[in-house]
Amino acid sequence: MKPTSVAELQEMVRAQPHLRLRGGGSKTALAGAAGAASTLETGGLTGMLQYQPEEFTFTALAGTPLVEIEAELAAHGQYLPFDPPLVEAGATLGGATAAGLSGACRVRYGGLRDFILGVRFVDGQGNLVRSGGKVVKNAAGFDLSKFMAGSLGEFGALVELSFKVFPRPPAYTTLRAQYEKLTEALQALARLANSPLEMFALDLEPSDGGYAIHARLGNPSPEIQAGRIQRLKGLLGGDAQALETPQEAELWRSHREFTWLRPGSTLIKAPLTPSNIPGLESFFQQNGEAAQAQRIYSAAGNVAWIGWQGQAAVLDAALGRMGLSGLALLGPAQRTWYGIRRGEVFAQRVRQALDPQGKFHWSAGG
Amino acid sequence: MDTQSLLHDLAGLIPPQRLLTRPGQVAPFESDALTSYRVRPEAVVLVESQQEVIETVRLCHRYGVPFVARGSGTSLSGGSLPVKGGIVIALNRLNRILRIDPEQRLAVVEPGVINLNVSKAAAPFGLYYAPDPSSQPVCTIGGNLAFNAGGAHCLKYGMTSNHVLALKVVLADGEVVELGSPSLEGIGADLPGLFVGSEGLFGVALEVTLRLLPKPEAFKTVLAAYRSLKTAGDTVAEILRAGLLPGAVEIMDNLAIQAAQAAVNAGYPPDAAGLLIVELDGEAGSVAADFERLMPLIRQSGAYEVRIAADDAERLRIWQGRKSAFSAVGRLSPDYLVQDGVVPRSRLGEALEHIQALSQKYGIRVANVFHAGDGNLHPLVLFDGRQAGAYEQAEKLAHEIVELCIRLEGSITGEHGVGMEKRAFLPAMFAEADVDAMHAIRLQMDPLEIANRGKMFPN
Ligand SMILES: Cc1cc2nc3c(=O)[nH]c(=O)nc-3n(C[C@H](O)[C@H](O)[C@H](O)COP(=O)(O)OP(=O)(O)OC[C@H]3O[C@@H](n4cnc5c(N)ncnc54)[C@H](O)[C@@H]3O)c2cc1C
Repeated sequence: MKPTSVAELQEMVRAQPHLRLRGGGSKTALAGAAGAASTLETGGLTGMLQYQPEEFTFTALAGTPLVEIEAELAAHGQYLPFDPPLVEAGATLGGATAAGLSGACRVRYGGLRDFILGVRFVDGQGNLVRSGGKVVKNAAGFDLSKFMAGSLGEFGALVELSFKVFPRPPAYTTLRAQYEKLTEALQALARLANSPLEMFALDLEPSDGGYAIHARLGNPSPEIQAGRIQRLKGLLGGDAQALETPQEAELWRSHREFTWLRPGSTLIKAPLTPSNIPGLESFFQQNGEAAQAQRIYSAAGNVAWIGWQGQAAVLDAALGRMGLSGLALLGPAQRTWYGIRRGEVFAQRVRQALDPQGKFHWSAGG
Repeated sequence: MDTQSLLHDLAGLIPPQRLLTRPGQVAPFESDALTSYRVRPEAVVLVESQQEVIETVRLCHRYGVPFVARGSGTSLSGGSLPVKGGIVIALNRLNRILRIDPEQRLAVVEPGVINLNVSKAAAPFGLYYAPDPSSQPVCTIGGNLAFNAGGAHCLKYGMTSNHVLALKVVLADGEVVELGSPSLEGIGADLPGLFVGSEGLFGVALEVTLRLLPKPEAFKTVLAAYRSLKTAGDTVAEILRAGLLPGAVEIMDNLAIQAAQAAVNAGYPPDAAGLLIVELDGEAGSVAADFERLMPLIRQSGAYEVRIAADDAERLRIWQGRKSAFSAVGRLSPDYLVQDGVVPRSRLGEALEHIQALSQKYGIRVANVFHAGDGNLHPLVLFDGRQAGAYEQAEKLAHEIVELCIRLEGSITGEHGVGMEKRAFLPAMFAEADVDAMHAIRLQMDPLEIANRGKMFPN
């Protein structure tokens, strides 16, 4: 089903017992199957509704591809500071919001949840509900806009979203440093994250038998950049190297589009803090299927992107033991949720209010 | 509602010196900073532990007695006003800072902790808590959370909600839930995001994990005086259009300047019709680069006087004037109402002119101090409550300002919350289905509607 108006979408919701939303289908493990009877595709609800560059806000329909939005913002020197992933793969604004995904460059100003201003969604009874607004600051009513960030289309169908945006940095510089031991790399990560240096991205990954850190700075003006790079090198320690421009862009593009993921792997997002990294790394360094896992620790050690080829149950149990949780995003999804679940009772109460019949509750089986 | 049984059971739970019931004891809790509203609570419980809060809420639920959680009572919208026949759960003594974790840059605190004390505790590690409401030396994290409080620096750093990572909450029916995690990233619906800003209508926050930031290493604070308020407003638009993102952009009008001068002698140019405060903060290199771009803009903006804070002392003096503005206005008038509407930033000038016209129409003085970078107005409507009808007239004017903000597609509140004072306007800003959905959520969290009954939703 592919409604071309909000009214049509409301009708479909009223008529159907179960629904699964699909935007661009870029989060393959989360998107409903294309063309399936119960799949509600948002591709018929596209377009920028309101964009006033001087307000640094815009409102667009949920099915609008992020490629289009980013191009329109870029034409006015603006951008989405939360760096949404999978833009080239066809991600839509609604899909990015429902998946609650932010990219590596969320370090500078915050994640998607920090930029969402307002939503309109169709609830389980087919009502069109609005929360939030279009202005950058608003404390009126319950903040369902934030709630919807990460809601996976399970509490209603997002149809329209308002976001704030920021001026786009003119250029970037990225340094790479290599460490033999994880402890050294984590110390460098902490030094950087606690410094006043305004980084856009700060990622850590296994590399050459050790670990590499990539730190990305904005480049507001060439006069001051040399000094900043020196400073960043000092914090990284060792022999940090600046990447050449094409590699710089390509590195972050690969992080954003997950082109590093081995075919056939499932990509799992696991939120954490740097203190969880040693435990997780020793799990991955065991022999067996865990040793095959790919991983990038992004956003200054606040999220692990895990490329997993083994049994889902093994990773599920490991994350659970560490008190962590995970969500499958790409590839074959043996299961959606990994590890522990938090706040289910609270979420369930919201579901009772917005979708008492559970029409949108597709991940119930795990 | 079985208040007698509740009081009886509470007496078994809370020692008498912390269970206030005599009129003289409960009188200080009759109102918050919106003093025009007063309600005497049946009792005030001065809780000292999370368990006491949980037990008290469970008893309230059992006996169907309404409760209001209260931090420092600085709400300007009547949010912490007691409910008739109900009790107040006073959280000021539930104020331990449980943990500062400099490595992960977070603080775990109880809700009664004073906002500024978080930054004080984090300072030895070079960290601070960014949301800075002007009331920060007195207001609590619990109160900040309930209203999603802002401050001068939320243009760049965001509101309370952008700094709350996780919370432990007792819902109004007594169930204890944990929301969020210490990570900046999450999966699944954003539950802390929904709790923050719920105005005490879901239950009581017991423990909060806050995000801390490295302290900015450099500041450049610029003061520019204008002969017209509108020119000051237009300069804000110019600054934002240039792609600059200052930490704070604030404006004060002449009445507010005079008040601040009288109160703390902030050294403001006393004759300015509009005073613009712009502060760049952050990494030294970027602040220097941004300053080079900001100054030509300010110099060409028609300001008749421009000052740059030479040192920390001067900078703090500038901020002291701005942050004391509300209380300073108390020197100009025995009473005032603060409005908190938001307008699109490009329509600030229009909104200010409209407010001036309203002030003339009613013959009531209105002082303006506002978070200009966010389009968040704070008109202070001055009146003398001892004069018959003065309050009603002031309220009418204030309501016209709220309506103006709705007309301009803004919001009825940017940071002070709907509370008691603006509840009639919720349906003006939202459609019936929107309010119904919010109310349905409220009923799921609090089936008896005992938590902060009568707030936010229209009567
Ligand atoms: C001079 C002055 C300046 C101000 N400046 C600003 C400003 O710059 N920005 C701004 O945003 N606000 C400002 N305010 C308003 C006020 O300070 C804020 O709203 C503040 O967040 C209230 O904190 P409090 O501890 O006083 O809360 P209270 O007034 O005690 O309570 C406020 C609300 O929070 C609820 N609540 C309290 N604790 C909890 C809890 N643990 N769990 C659930 N609900 C709870 C209460 O029920 C009530 O609804 C100002 C007020 C004054 C008087």
